[in-house]
Amino acid sequence: MSVLLDHLPVIWQGLVVTLQLTVASFLGAAVLGVLVTAMRVSPVGVLRALGTAYVEAFQNLPLLVLLVLAFFGLPEIGIKAEPLVTAIVVISIYEAAYIAEALRSGVNSVGKGQGEAARALGLTFRQSLWYVILPQALRTVVQPLGNIIIALTMNTLLAGAISVVDLTEEAKRINLVEAQPIPIFVGVGLIYALIASGVGFVTGRLERRLVMVR
Amino acid sequence: MIRVRGLNKWFGEHHVLRDIDLHVARGEVVVVIGPSGSGKSTLCRCLNRLETAQQGEVVIDGVPAPLEGRELARLRADVGMVFQSFNLFQHKTVLENITLAPMKVRGVSRPEAERTARELLARVGIGEQAGKLPGQLSGGQQQRAAIARALAMRPKVMLFDEPTSALDPEMVGEVLDVMTGLAADGMTMVVVTHEMGFARRAADRVVFMADGQIVEQGAPAAFFDRPQTDRARDFLAKVLTH
Ligand SMILES: Nc1ncnc2c1ncn2[C@@H]1O[C@H](COP(=O)(O)OP(=O)(O)O)[C@@H](O)[C@H]1O
Ligand SMILES: [Mg+2]
Repeated sequence: MSVLLDHLPVIWQGLVVTLQLTVASFLGAAVLGVLVTAMRVSPVGVLRALGTAYVEAFQNLPLLVLLVLAFFGLPEIGIKAEPLVTAIVVISIYEAAYIAEALRSGVNSVGKGQGEAARALGLTFRQSLWYVILPQALRTVVQPLGNIIIALTMNTLLAGAISVVDLTEEAKRINLVEAQPIPIFVGVGLIYALIASGVGFVTGRLERRLVMVR
Repeated sequence: MIRVRGLNKWFGEHHVLRDIDLHVARGEVVVVIGPSGSGKSTLCRCLNRLETAQQGEVVIDGVPAPLEGRELARLRADVGMVFQSFNLFQHKTVLENITLAPMKVRGVSRPEAERTARELLARVGIGEQAGKLPGQLSGGQQQRAAIARALAMRPKVMLFDEPTSALDPEMVGEVLDVMTGLAADGMTMVVVTHEMGFARRAADRVVFMADGQIVEQGAPAAFFDRPQTDRARDFLAKVLTH
């Protein structure tokens, strides 16, 4: 694996891009996912339908297709963005569907009485959701969310298809020069595994800390 | 304080409230009793619009209950509700449970909200539990915290839906004592309960419901000693002998 060490600066650059993609997409997906969840449990029927349509749509489309469509389609309608930005936006939109699905199962696990008590105190729907329902829902879905983040990390390599040079893309480039696919991709695979186990470790800790006395 | 006129409610085909008329004066304590399934909870929930009735109106302190949005939230802020299952926010300490709504709904500052909360906790006799999570309290303590939470909004009316039904028998008394104290302080209260002793002691009026209707109502002494209807006599015979 010394072949990787020879290219350490490039590998590092790729890793930074992968981490940028992962962190920024996760933040975007989290914000959007909360919004979609709010729509799906809203008292307004139209919003509920829109929220459900969103989740159904993006869970049933391949991320690669969305990336390529956005990459070639957006300039057509006059929107120009860096490939990295395009990738972050598309991955955020895509992963938000999965986060929304996880959050909704969390919301469903929170007793109906919690929301009723909040509303009976005069909190608005939004306040009830934000201060009472979501904090409790989150605690029950730390593990599924962790798995979504790990899947998201792996999915970021699809950004390579729209000319973002992430860790995997750098590995491919090194391989073109060195022609040693096994050590190069084993090494890169280990880096992904390391990120995933980091996420797993953090969510595991978090889950234990957030356990509620019921 | 509360004026209900011609209230009718259906769950699907099921007609659960039939032509309910009910007035509750300021400072009055009304105890609602009746067999299970007679619509007591539904009536209670219609009073702060946790349920919406298809017909009729609910007027709280001269203001017709609005349908939705901020207006409705404001109405609910003025109507305290205590549930059978306490419904304390599980992820918040007792103190946070009590300060949340005053801060977010009334815009009270944190120090003031906490001061009020501590006073109320002392008043319901659980001053030492402020920092605990609901799951660490006994049922009786949780229900007293829930009463304090409702009182923190300085409501005009308090609704209680079977507040002691989920409690172990030895804890019923401590909750009823708090409620009796509130009644004595002049709080306007609507209480659904099976505690006939409390009804006799604290109620100004007893309302007896069956099959979604108010069948009979009157002063507690008169109602318990000389019920006018067969339904009420039947019901009393069953609950008082058990
Ligand atoms: N959310 C609901 N959906 C359908 N039926 C309901 C609902 N809530 C109550 N009911 C029905 O309405 C009737 C009155 O219920 P409820 O008001 O809870 O009675 P009580 O509190 O006097 O026991 C019951 O027959 C009950 O099954
Ligand atoms: Mg009931």
